[in-house]
Amino acid sequence: MAASKPDLAARARAAEFLLRRHRLRAAEALPWLAAVLAYFVFPGHLVFGSQLLIMVLFALSLDLILGYAGIVSLGHAAFFGTGAYTAGMLAARCGWTEPLSGLLAAGAAAALVGWVSGWFLLRYRGLALLMLTLATAIMLQELGNVRADITGGFDGLTGITIAPLLGRFHYDLYGHTNYLYALAVLFLLFLLVRRIVYSPFGQALTGIRENVRRMHALGSPVHRRLVVAYTIGAAIAGIAGGLFAQSNEFVTLGVLGFDRSAAVLVMLILGGAGRLYGAFVGAAVYMLLEDYLAKLSPEFWEFGIGLLLVLTVLFARRGLLGLLEDAGRHFGRGAPR
Amino acid sequence: MTAAALETRGVSKSFGALAVARDISLTLPRGARRGLIGPNGAGKTSLVNLITGVLKPSAGRVLLDGEDITHLPQAARARRGLARTFQINQLFRGLSVLENLCLAIGERTGACNNLFRPAGSKPQVIEEALEHLAAHRLIEDALKPVRELAYGRQRLLEIAMALAQHPRVLLLDEPAAGVSSHESHFILDALERLDSDIAILIIEHDMDVIFRFAREITVLVGGAVLMEGLPEEVAKDPRVRAVYLGEEEPRGGGGG
Repeated sequence: MAASKPDLAARARAAEFLLRRHRLRAAEALPWLAAVLAYFVFPGHLVFGSQLLIMVLFALSLDLILGYAGIVSLGHAAFFGTGAYTAGMLAARCGWTEPLSGLLAAGAAAALVGWVSGWFLLRYRGLALLMLTLATAIMLQELGNVRADITGGFDGLTGITIAPLLGRFHYDLYGHTNYLYALAVLFLLFLLVRRIVYSPFGQALTGIRENVRRMHALGSPVHRRLVVAYTIGAAIAGIAGGLFAQSNEFVTLGVLGFDRSAAVLVMLILGGAGRLYGAFVGAAVYMLLEDYLAKLSPEFWEFGIGLLLVLTVLFARRGLLGLLEDAGRHFGRGAPR
Repeated sequence: MTAAALETRGVSKSFGALAVARDISLTLPRGARRGLIGPNGAGKTSLVNLITGVLKPSAGRVLLDGEDITHLPQAARARRGLARTFQINQLFRGLSVLENLCLAIGERTGACNNLFRPAGSKPQVIEEALEHLAAHRLIEDALKPVRELAYGRQRLLEIAMALAQHPRVLLLDEPAAGVSSHESHFILDALERLDSDIAILIIEHDMDVIFRFAREITVLVGGAVLMEGLPEEVAKDPRVRAVYLGEEEPRGGGGG
């Protein structure tokens, strides 16, 4: 069949789109520039800053499984908590104080929990899945409570001391080292998630989210793909938890709590699920607002978060980043997706 | 002796007291063009679901190229060359037409097992996706999200997706359903260009389509096979006429 001229042009455009889709865009430098800039501009707020970076990482891990694979979870704190306790107990109970290997162990332990629970849970969808993920986190929390002699229970695990980063960088009261540590870990894991999202595997996850019936009909091993994505998401959440334990040198069973699972979900929805940078926007807005409102009214700060969530869900279904994209398109330039 | 491309042997399925399939035995040789007709509720789509593994039969067996696939999950059957289209579009509505096809190709070739390579880095996949799009005149719409496509174009994409699976057996569930008459010739053209090696079972209410396309017809009524034969035999059969009385009259040999 001879192709006509407009056909050839359309083909070229289509091929170009696929070839370019995964390339880094200039706008993607913005959050990283902001994070580096914040280090110099707000030297007094770096403890808060590293907590923010850790929550971005946690929300990013949820984005992979919720935003891309479409797995709705109310128990994502299970993995954050597993990582936090792994890193915390290694340091406090086993004297394993080297931070990077502690972080790897945190990721591995959370991945194991994700893999095992995911293998069972991911046969279900919708409400059943929601309840099962919730139950997983509650059960883990109770497990920690039963063995409060090891975990420290709700009073907390104390005595976490972390050796200097790379054997050289000591931790200071203002959190300089922790901030850069968290930023570096976030950057590396972000690159990994970004790579996965734009891979054929990432496309298959999107396909499962968009239409699972068609994926079955196309011969996709749906369950296996979901378990792989869930395990990776769990590992990253575990590393976020590990960073949390190491930077605070303190963990309580609250890290496994429903509050934390709900908060990360709210962050992602605020920022915009399924768009990588939604985790950045959502975590930043949530935490800054929480910080500001808590000072304004220590008892009722959640009202403000709730109101923002309602407004987002009603008027910006694709999150704040979705709004920004629309605005960007309106002013005639493409925003990152 | 070569095995039939697709065979069902005494396939039955009941939901409680409702039997949607009763002892259905069908044989589709390689390159078959089989029409499946019957009134609403005859169990046509249920049969497709039983063959593809969406439903598990209560009794009977399904064979693909002589291999018993009765207990295989849906995806494993698809990977063995059994493809289908859906009566109601099942597309990735938020993705572009091009991405829809890339997924079909990626799952067939195993490319989707790769987590770290950018999806656009394989020229063969892009090339093949573009070939499928060109063959179905969808190339102008390649970068449009599916949800923005006209309904008739979406029906074409349904067929293109199934073909991108390189099927040996293709089940078409009302490919022209809901398509306006000035668009339906695109669908018919696409059907007529299908590879003659593929065994095809087509469900269709539009008798023009059936009689133009099918070389044999199976009539399903109440979950059971009423008769099977050449189009002209089916059109003449008094039982078939009785079933269709009050519905659409089969126009014997209209184009076939």
